[in-house]
Amino acid sequence: MFDSYRENTLRYNPERCFGCLRCTEVCPHGVFAEGDRRVEVVRPEECMECGACARNCPVQAIKVQSGVGCAWAMIGAALRGKDMDSGTCGCGGEEGSCCGGER
Amino acid sequence: MVSQPCCQSRPEAVPPVAGPVQEIRTTDSRITPADRLDHFLARFGVNRMGHRVEPGLYRLGNPTPDSPVFASANYTLSFDALRSALAGRDGYILVLDTHGINVWCAAGKGTFGTDEIVRRITLTGLASVVRHRTLIVPQLGAPGVSAHEVLRRSGFSVEYGPVRASDLPEYLAIGRATPDMRRVRFPVADRLVLAPMELVHAALSTAAGAVVLYLLAGLPAAFGAVAAVLAGTVLFPALLPFIPTRDFSTKGLILGGIVALPFSAAFVMETAASGWAGVPAALAPLLLMPPATAYLALNFTGSTPFTSRTGVKKEIFRYVPLMAGMAVLGAALAAVFGAAHLLGAV
Repeated sequence: MFDSYRENTLRYNPERCFGCLRCTEVCPHGVFAEGDRRVEVVRPEECMECGACARNCPVQAIKVQSGVGCAWAMIGAALRGKDMDSGTCGCGGEEGSCCGGER
Repeated sequence: MVSQPCCQSRPEAVPPVAGPVQEIRTTDSRITPADRLDHFLARFGVNRMGHRVEPGLYRLGNPTPDSPVFASANYTLSFDALRSALAGRDGYILVLDTHGINVWCAAGKGTFGTDEIVRRITLTGLASVVRHRTLIVPQLGAPGVSAHEVLRRSGFSVEYGPVRASDLPEYLAIGRATPDMRRVRFPVADRLVLAPMELVHAALSTAAGAVVLYLLAGLPAAFGAVAAVLAGTVLFPALLPFIPTRDFSTKGLILGGIVALPFSAAFVMETAASGWAGVPAALAPLLLMPPATAYLALNFTGSTPFTSRTGVKKEIFRYVPLMAGMAVLGAALAAVFGAAHLLGAV
């Protein structure tokens, strides 16, 4: 209750991992940690689905449906009759841009 | 395969460079009053897409072929954060064309990405400028960059720098990023700096709403609208980690409820003489203000560095119907009270 963020689309296949540790480097939320020869998922609920880990995994051991977690963009897409998952964030386009910060 | 948010067309091959290699520009670490004005205007959304730096290679200080190369976005706030953090150092800055968008957002779109890095390395002739083959990329650019792809296609190995440019001096000193440098934080200063933009977004519709409410229901109602919006755009970012629950919508409902209490109390006093008929007037702010604040709070998800798409979507389906229901009920109660008032019953 009152926590919509407990589940996400991050899937990790340790069989493929050879321990290059790239994912531990790129994840801004410390989801991955160095384990015994392989990386371990230590904070799965912190994942924000940015996709950095999957994109930088050279052996495709990580899968995640990355996208922008922006209600503004999703509601906007729904109102225009588009797929909410199309993920087009308003930033960089017309007005209605959501992210104003340097991140 | 990871789905790529925005950029559908991702050319696989880099087009061959036509014409001469781009000239190397010169920059420094000084942040001038003009830069500060530019940052201020960017924070308020003035000339939203106009805060750009020319893409290309920049010389900082007196770099040699062994000096490090740092990648950045062609957004003034990103570029200025990098060059000011590198004060007193020599190096090169490779500014990617991210269409005037910051590193994180551009990485999500893929414009700060593998293709653009490879293309920019070729266009600037970077390989003949430096002897080494290392490119320091901000960690928050990683969602758009595939380090092993960049290496394969350009010969440059990507080294992910810290999340914050301000950690670069320490990063360069110890030669690696500490776990703390790798974590994204969202402290009160980072949250509040976003408030002006949130406010600017909501300003016009709020002003219009306040005028309508003033004409229909008087000054307190107009103030109520302004208070609900200020709560959602300024108070909410400020208090984000301190409001109970994890969902932004429930946080917003709680905050909006607290802000609505004095308005409700004021209406109770005002209509005390009219007995039971004052009840709808007292309930109206409690039903109208929290959903307005909560909706703005929910829209703040896109400005934070930690809400997943799965979670935000869940929030939308869970709470937007509730918000709409509260708003409709509140408006109906207000209308009933207004009608009774007009008919002289109250």
